[in-house]
Amino acid sequence: MFESWFSQADAVLLARFQFAFTIAFHIIFPAFTIGLASYLAVLEGLFLKTRNPVYQKLYRYWLKIFAVAFGMGVVSGIVMSYQFGTNWSVFSDKAGPVIGPLMGYEVLTAFFLEAGFLGVMLFGMNKVGERLHYFATLMVAVGTAISAFWILSVNSWMQTPAGFTMNEQGQYVVTSWLEAIFNPSFPYRLAHMLLAAYLTTAFVVGAVGAWHLLKDKSSQAARKMFSMAMWMALIVAPLQVFVGDLHGLNTQEHQPAKVAAMEGHFKSEAQAPLYLFGLPNEETAEVDYAIKIPGLASLILKHDIDATVTGLDAFPRDEWPPVPIVFWSFRIMVGIGVLMVLIGLWSGYLRLRNQLYESRTIHRAALLMGPLGFVAVIAGWIVTEVGRQPWVIYGLLRTSDAASPIDAVGVGASLIAFIVVYFLVFGAGTVYIIRKMAGRPEHTDIPEYARVPMAAERLYHEED
Amino acid sequence: MDYALIWAALIAIAVFAYVALDGFDLGMGILFPWIREERYRDRMVNSVAPVWDGNETWLVLGGGGLLAVFPLAYSVLMPALYMPVIAMLLGLIFRGVAFEFRFKSKANKHWWDRAFMLGSMVAALSQGIMLGAMLQGIAVTDRAYAGGWFDWLSPFTLFAGIAVCVGYALLGATWLVMKTDGPLQARAYNYGRNSAILLILAIAGVSIYLVSSFENVAERWLSWPGSAGLWLVPFALAVIGGGLLNSLTKQQEGRPYLWALGVFLIAFIGFAVSIFPYLIPFQITLWEAAAPDNSLAFLLVGAVILLPIIFAYTGYTYWVFRGKVKEDSGYHD
Ligand code: HDD
Ligand code: HEM
Ligand code: HEM
Repeated sequence: MFESWFSQADAVLLARFQFAFTIAFHIIFPAFTIGLASYLAVLEGLFLKTRNPVYQKLYRYWLKIFAVAFGMGVVSGIVMSYQFGTNWSVFSDKAGPVIGPLMGYEVLTAFFLEAGFLGVMLFGMNKVGERLHYFATLMVAVGTAISAFWILSVNSWMQTPAGFTMNEQGQYVVTSWLEAIFNPSFPYRLAHMLLAAYLTTAFVVGAVGAWHLLKDKSSQAARKMFSMAMWMALIVAPLQVFVGDLHGLNTQEHQPAKVAAMEGHFKSEAQAPLYLFGLPNEETAEVDYAIKIPGLASLILKHDIDATVTGLDAFPRDEWPPVPIVFWSFRIMVGIGVLMVLIGLWSGYLRLRNQLYESRTIHRAALLMGPLGFVAVIAGWIVTEVGRQPWVIYGLLRTSDAASPIDAVGVGASLIAFIVVYFLVFGAGTVYIIRKMAGRPEHTDIPEYARVPMAAERLYHEED
Repeated sequence: MDYALIWAALIAIAVFAYVALDGFDLGMGILFPWIREERYRDRMVNSVAPVWDGNETWLVLGGGGLLAVFPLAYSVLMPALYMPVIAMLLGLIFRGVAFEFRFKSKANKHWWDRAFMLGSMVAALSQGIMLGAMLQGIAVTDRAYAGGWFDWLSPFTLFAGIAVCVGYALLGATWLVMKTDGPLQARAYNYGRNSAILLILAIAGVSIYLVSSFENVAERWLSWPGSAGLWLVPFALAVIGGGLLNSLTKQQEGRPYLWALGVFLIAFIGFAVSIFPYLIPFQITLWEAAAPDNSLAFLLVGAVILLPIIFAYTGYTYWVFRGKVKEDSGYHD
């Protein structure tokens, strides 16, 4: 039908690249807005409770940053919801009856809620009373979490499909919605992703706090931000490692080939070693230049040092995921997780000694760690998504059979367009956000919560 | 129960809600070339800033809903309309971020103004082209699109694209009439009148061309019960168009927007009659495209409960931001 100099395989590869590129950009914004919406709700709640103006200043300060990030999240998300059809039409036709209604519920329960109350949250401070305004903030925060609920259910169903049969058109049809929604990997993925969003945001807030502390130790707002962020690092980072471990055990049960790739285990063996570093070599099925701890993988994955761990040799060669990508992304994520735990402990120690706002070293470290949450999130998703290859619906539908019947030229052209536009637009947005963050929170001015009608543009007319 | 038919009606409502709401905010961008003063542009953008995201969510519901309830239609239409869909998405990106960005950067504000303008135009044009391409008909074999890359491109679809731009400009102008006052409002009345006349001519042009050139469409209008519509539609268009022009001339602030919606409603009904009961004209009917009943029923429960709630709080947002958008003189330093 479409004549082309390129093969269908090229088109599939480009479509995969396009999906990976657009979703990796999209996830950056939700990871930040899910966390920030909750942080804003906490700040406004604390203000209403304590009447301490520093909370109100921080609220206004972060609200403007939230507005920019949210806008970018929305537009990059709209691209995602059409991409299933443009590039993955066979997948859409087959899986639409299952994932479509779940995403439909996401629109009805989450997107409308966020969008409906966002206007009041951003522009309504002097139009509605403070309780109503707080309600709007809460609804936006709840909306972002509900959104994560549904979309992660969709993604988890593709990882560990449950509660369905197939009809004569080859479509998946749900037999139990409860089983489909709460499929085996969903609770772990949801918990891990939500914690990831909170941690990512906490480290951004912490870095901004640290930056302003480095300039002025006495800043109340900076102290508050830094302190709140470090509490998160102390408590949530270890929790995330724990949940991550559970997630891994769940994956071991349902997608053992993915775990084998994560661990670099080509051979099934007893007392399997844990590779700290190394270069997995798919040709020789060896990990070159390995630094390993014997028996530790058996201990972590089976809680028994003598247990046998399944390796990639248990799977046909054409069902292996690309090992090095999965192996390395996993190490990046876990490494960042460990760093987060360490800085949390360090901050706890300094806090006990009343040094939290004095030690410039921890401020510098926190500043450097600001962007690492995003890196961990993307690395984690690469583990998840590349690790399930060659399947798009695990064990049922191969990625190569899921693509649209279109040729490489169009997919390639649209891919280039997306790359150019995304770097241009989201690059500019990132610059604006960083500029806002460099502005001192003390200089934020606060419109009164009031019933005096004022123009919606009020928010924008401050400093800038 | 005929779930597929109910869902076709619900999707139609979502699409109409999208056009009615996002139409006027895309219209802001389309009117930008005629309104160059910065303070007026600020006012226009500010009049839609609190609501644009909610407006656009209807588009997500339209697309996501299609995947959920008519997956076959979604998976044929998207590849068939690949280029206009991508163009629309890119346009929406530019205009969506411009809401925030144009206030964040004094130095680059004029660039983001352009992004807002062109993004809005490209999105509207692409939507019109998609409508036109559907009316033209889409090639299908074996549950998949079977046409070429450029099937969507023809003089007819381009004309439909421009007609949608004009229509959104009309919605935008009538919205401005409601939300502003003074000289900007006076100009909005003017733009409203011009775009109203152009739109009515365009609708007439599209209709005549459709019935005279596309057999599949003509068939529907020339036989019963479409043949009744053949007389009813021009009559309704004349009445509502007259009402629209009259209310613009008499400067009845709130009314022109409602009359303009009436014009859209007529065009919308005309579109529906032209393709019913096909979803992929003239290949796949809505019953053939529908997902299994249990998917339709599952989502229907949610829609029935949640849509009224959504209408309620969306209405509340509009009510919070009711009244004229003031010009803030303190802004220009
Ligand atoms: C701040 C972000 C962050 C941090 C610090 C961690 N993770 Fe993670 N991880 C994610 C963010 C993330 C993620 C982006 O949220 C992923 C992608 C898909 C998912 O469910 O969560 C993920 C996936 C993911 C998977 C893949 C599951 C699958 O696809 O089946 C495993 C096994 C782990 N993580 C385990 C860990 C462990 C043991 C960590 C600690 C040392 C850890 N993660 C830290
Ligand atoms: C949000 C963070 C996510 C990231 C960073 C991410 C990343 C990726 C990557 C890198 C690929 C390409 C894998 C490969 O081709 O080797 C991919 C594929 C894919 N992912 Fe995700 N993903 C994310 C979330 C999701 C979600 C939430 C869904 C479903 C709702 C999803 C569905 C898919 C689909 C359909 C493909 C295409 C088929 C494939 O190549 O596997 N992804 N993703
Ligand atoms: C392929 C998968 C995905 C699709 C199709 C998708 C779709 C969308 C769409 C259409 C929007 C805009 C909603 C609006 O108009 O207001 C959006 C925003 C959002 N998405 Fe995604 N999304 C995907 C992946 C994810 C993932 C993995 C998460 C997080 C776990 C997520 C969380 C959010 C959140 C919280 C928002 C609203 C806040 C924001 O825009 O930052 N999405 N998404």
